[in-house]
Amino acid sequence: MITGYIIITLAVTASPVAWFDTGKTVTLIAAIISILIVLYTTFHKSSREKFKVRKIAGLRAVEDAIGRATEMARPVLFTPGWGGDIQRPTTIASMNILSHVAEKTCQYDCRLVYPTHDPVIMAVAQEVIKEACARAGFPDRYRENDIFYVSSSQFGYAAAVEGLISRLKPASIFLLGTFEAESLILAETGNINKAIQIAGTDSTIQLSFFIVACDYVLIGEELFAASGYLSQDKSILASVRAQDILKVIIAMLLILAVIWATINPDSTWWRF
Amino acid sequence: MVAFLMNRLGPQIICFVFGLVLFAVYFSAHPVARQINTTVLVDYWQIIFAFTLIIGVISFVNLSVHDIKRGHNRFYRFISLFGLVIMPVFAVIWGIKGDSPFMWMFDNVQVPMQSTVFSLLAFFVASASYRGFRARSLPATVLLVAALLTLISRSSLEGALPSFIAGTADWVRGNPSMAARRAILIGIGLGSLTTSLRVLLGIERTWLGGEK
Repeated sequence: MITGYIIITLAVTASPVAWFDTGKTVTLIAAIISILIVLYTTFHKSSREKFKVRKIAGLRAVEDAIGRATEMARPVLFTPGWGGDIQRPTTIASMNILSHVAEKTCQYDCRLVYPTHDPVIMAVAQEVIKEACARAGFPDRYRENDIFYVSSSQFGYAAAVEGLISRLKPASIFLLGTFEAESLILAETGNINKAIQIAGTDSTIQLSFFIVACDYVLIGEELFAASGYLSQDKSILASVRAQDILKVIIAMLLILAVIWATINPDSTWWRF
Repeated sequence: MVAFLMNRLGPQIICFVFGLVLFAVYFSAHPVARQINTTVLVDYWQIIFAFTLIIGVISFVNLSVHDIKRGHNRFYRFISLFGLVIMPVFAVIWGIKGDSPFMWMFDNVQVPMQSTVFSLLAFFVASASYRGFRARSLPATVLLVAALLTLISRSSLEGALPSFIAGTADWVRGNPSMAARRAILIGIGLGSLTTSLRVLLGIERTWLGGEK
């Protein structure tokens, strides 16, 4: 109420500054084109016809990783990293994979441990795992105590998860989300404990650490395609197709800009 | 019906409306737009975080008490609970300024512990590099050579070595390495865009708990 009042007061007494920031015109056009392409591929019937999604090794290994943990009677550890909060697309993408992993672990009656640094993520993860257990047909296998908040401090979180890996010795570890300096600490600890590790993040610096320390790494858009890949939902897969269309457009623009800049080095239009 | 409204439809509508508003606000430099941005992203977020932090602390205490009762990691759990209780007590009684017990604990207990965990990275980088840079194939050999060039160009040896080493290392970082990073970043950007749209349009509902 108070916020609404402040906003209305500000609107009434608004300064004559333009509502639209002209410096962001190109960004707006690019955003609208991208949104239209995503909407078209998602909702247009013929665009949703069958198309092939290439095999992603990291996602194909999810079931093997859970199967391994079940056979070894050891838990699966899933953590979203310290760097992100629930607003980040990476965290949302990680939740999509968590849902699939939780469903499988429930089916196989395998323990799933989920430590996190953010209480909001903890609350969402509890809901996701609870729903996944219900979907698997085993709501009684949901263990609320295994999805917990450890610390908001970066190295407090790293130490807590490292300790968990060393004590519980999980057979499979999923490091999917937003990671910062703690990425290598966790991945190397998992490696020392001989866990099969599937990792993915949106930081190119941390990706290089995961590549040397983990068995499978989801690189770039693979993390975001996981939801459609695992669920085979047509709407989600169609939006993955939109990513490819946009990528082709960006590549064509880059080629055009390179040719233009080579022919006319003084031109600047392509520097938007 | 009420549960559906509260757990599914309500959050989805709020998500769509706020997503749309924040998208529009991004393209405006108007003071009202900035105010909306600050209100939603800073004020609302802090209020939500404060409440969920309580849930987080309750979860932590529950888990610790549960483990102590069952005799699991009893010593660690006692230490964690002691820290959780003693720091707010110090802060409330003596404040958090200068030479207060709170700051003493922070400077002499928390900071050294954080530095200790951070310093583990040095050893982990060495062990990971040892595994990653073994020249078992042609790509691995190329990686090893690039890593060595970068390492030497950033060490104190650089002045004693021919200048082309630093030049080559800079070229590797600025061209092939940067090109690969940008390709990955474009993929991440597009992935983020489609994921965000799926969430806003309600195609992706995992964050609400599931499909139904």
